[in-house]
Amino acid sequence: MAESEQGTNRRGFLRTSMRGACLAGLGGAVGFLATRSQAGDTVWQLDPEKCIQCGNCATHCVLKPSAVKCVHAYAMCGYCELCTGYFEPEPNALNTGAENQLCPVAAIQRTFVEDPYYEYTIDESLCIGCGKCVEGCRAFGNGSLYLQVRHDLCLNCNECSIAAACPSNAFRRVPADQPYLHPEGYPHDPREDTPKP
Amino acid sequence: MVLAVLLVGLSGPAFGVERFPPPDFESGHTLPHSQYPSPRADVYEYVDVVVLVVALGLASWLALRVRSRRWMFALMLGSLAYFGFWRGGCVCPIGAIQNVTLAVFDRSYGIPLAVVAFFLLPLVSTLLFGRTFCAAVCPLGAIQDVVLVHPVRVPAWLDHGLRLLACVYLGAAVLFAATGSAFIICQYDPFVAFFRLSGSLGMLVLGGSLLVIGAFVGRPYCRFLCPYGVLLGWLSRLSKWRVSIAPDEAAPRGQLQLPSHWATADGRSACCVQCRLCEDSCPFGAIQKPTEPTTPSDRSTGTRRLLWLVVLVPVVVATGAWVGGMLHVPLSHMHATVRLADRVWLEEQGKAEGQTDESEAFRKTGRPVAELYAEAKSLRRQFVVGGRWLGAFVGLMVALKLIGLSVHRTRTDYEADRALCLACGRCFDYCPVEHERRKRLADER
Repeated sequence: MAESEQGTNRRGFLRTSMRGACLAGLGGAVGFLATRSQAGDTVWQLDPEKCIQCGNCATHCVLKPSAVKCVHAYAMCGYCELCTGYFEPEPNALNTGAENQLCPVAAIQRTFVEDPYYEYTIDESLCIGCGKCVEGCRAFGNGSLYLQVRHDLCLNCNECSIAAACPSNAFRRVPADQPYLHPEGYPHDPREDTPKP
Repeated sequence: MVLAVLLVGLSGPAFGVERFPPPDFESGHTLPHSQYPSPRADVYEYVDVVVLVVALGLASWLALRVRSRRWMFALMLGSLAYFGFWRGGCVCPIGAIQNVTLAVFDRSYGIPLAVVAFFLLPLVSTLLFGRTFCAAVCPLGAIQDVVLVHPVRVPAWLDHGLRLLACVYLGAAVLFAATGSAFIICQYDPFVAFFRLSGSLGMLVLGGSLLVIGAFVGRPYCRFLCPYGVLLGWLSRLSKWRVSIAPDEAAPRGQLQLPSHWATADGRSACCVQCRLCEDSCPFGAIQKPTEPTTPSDRSTGTRRLLWLVVLVPVVVATGAWVGGMLHVPLSHMHATVRLADRVWLEEQGKAEGQTDESEAFRKTGRPVAELYAEAKSLRRQFVVGGRWLGAFVGLMVALKLIGLSVHRTRTDYEADRALCLACGRCFDYCPVEHERRKRLADER
């Protein structure tokens, strides 16, 4: 069967040469992608200045509860007695009663500091990232409450499901060594700088 | 009430303005500071790549040299545990198709080197050893392989038809990634919700139903949907070494007596004895039977049909391109900007009531509407071109499939299909020659 042998040899030759071409192509792809690549990884983060507190962060994360939490820039806070991030509009009384609180899961702790100042701390284990407090704080207060992807929780999906659902395009990939985006007027406290991994 | 009026008066459009200056505490209260936990260190990305390389090497060695389904299964479970449940299924080579596409089309996107490695390493390994990545490394394949309890044979026509879905999926994924619309492979990843033990209802329903189907139809996602599997199928046709049902020259043989036709025409050494025992062993329909002898009239009709199909290729491709171009409006709606522009246009025309979150956010930015429309228009144009390419690609795949089905190749042995074989090693146990080989090896020891 000289003919069929020739045929299979021809096929074998074609296969070998195409394999060589594919390997060369993959090599070319490595070269090309190397020019478009970066050494470090990227992570997802949301820009507090673009965020409209729509509530998608609470509902669209692959994690339940969401990896997005409310963060408090204490140096920006006014420590108001009537905190519009803490209280419902026109609350019955300025106390910690559940009916007065904006937060659906009571994740904000209100502690008396000195007359007339109160400090507000976020309990992140409770926070669901709905942004109700952020909305109140930005509307009438200093905007010291803001939402951020917490990187101890975030799974860093290839495509963030919240980013896909974000109406204001606030999510973007940021370099992993600068993983947080702060609101305008955020006083950069060296203590708060993220330690390098 | 006074407070409320005061507050409304104080609220202005400028954010970052300190409406209530932070107080100087007389009690000497020190401000707490928020913690900003850092992400997983980059070094773990490279650990993942090392694990991938080791797993690929191990899978190829187990499939081609050791020929042990049991060890393959163990490695598969290990990969499922590491890449699936431990690493949460991200980033995977299937999804990396989109990152690579985005890196090609969007200059501002810097693709992490680890993602490049995840995309390319399985391709190189397939070019050398066949689809051993599918067999024992891919966590999506592994989770389906585990639930496969009662495989049924999918009729050939349905099997070939459904496999085209994967080509459509690949084309669509590339189109949407190239235009920056969406990463659909990630959005519709069926098993990531299981790996993370949390996810949306849609993801769970999709993944759950695929697993239920997967109990009877072997690896439905891998065969009929996986876009990376399309690439691997192309490359594994060219692979240097590959899994064979009966042990071949690559496997250690002991003092195995070879059947007379040990050396086949293409120089490969296989020792199939045509016993038919492996015929139904493959749950993925990847075992090809020896061909029936053909008559001259069969051959002439076959040649005529093949000629017709070759002539039809440009027609099918052109039709695909035309249909794809026609579909640019629905396709472009995958892009958020186009959706937003349409919504804003409806609102401006008074055809839609109220505002969506998207249009409200857009209006807050104060961008002129005309700018948005212009951006959407240029995106639509991209989708006309992209849609044509997508259509042409799907047309070409259909045409090539038809040609592939019409080409007659003479086979004397039972062989694993080059493109479809997932190298899982199930068929080894059915081969009497393989049993003989194992016995000889055991005797020698």
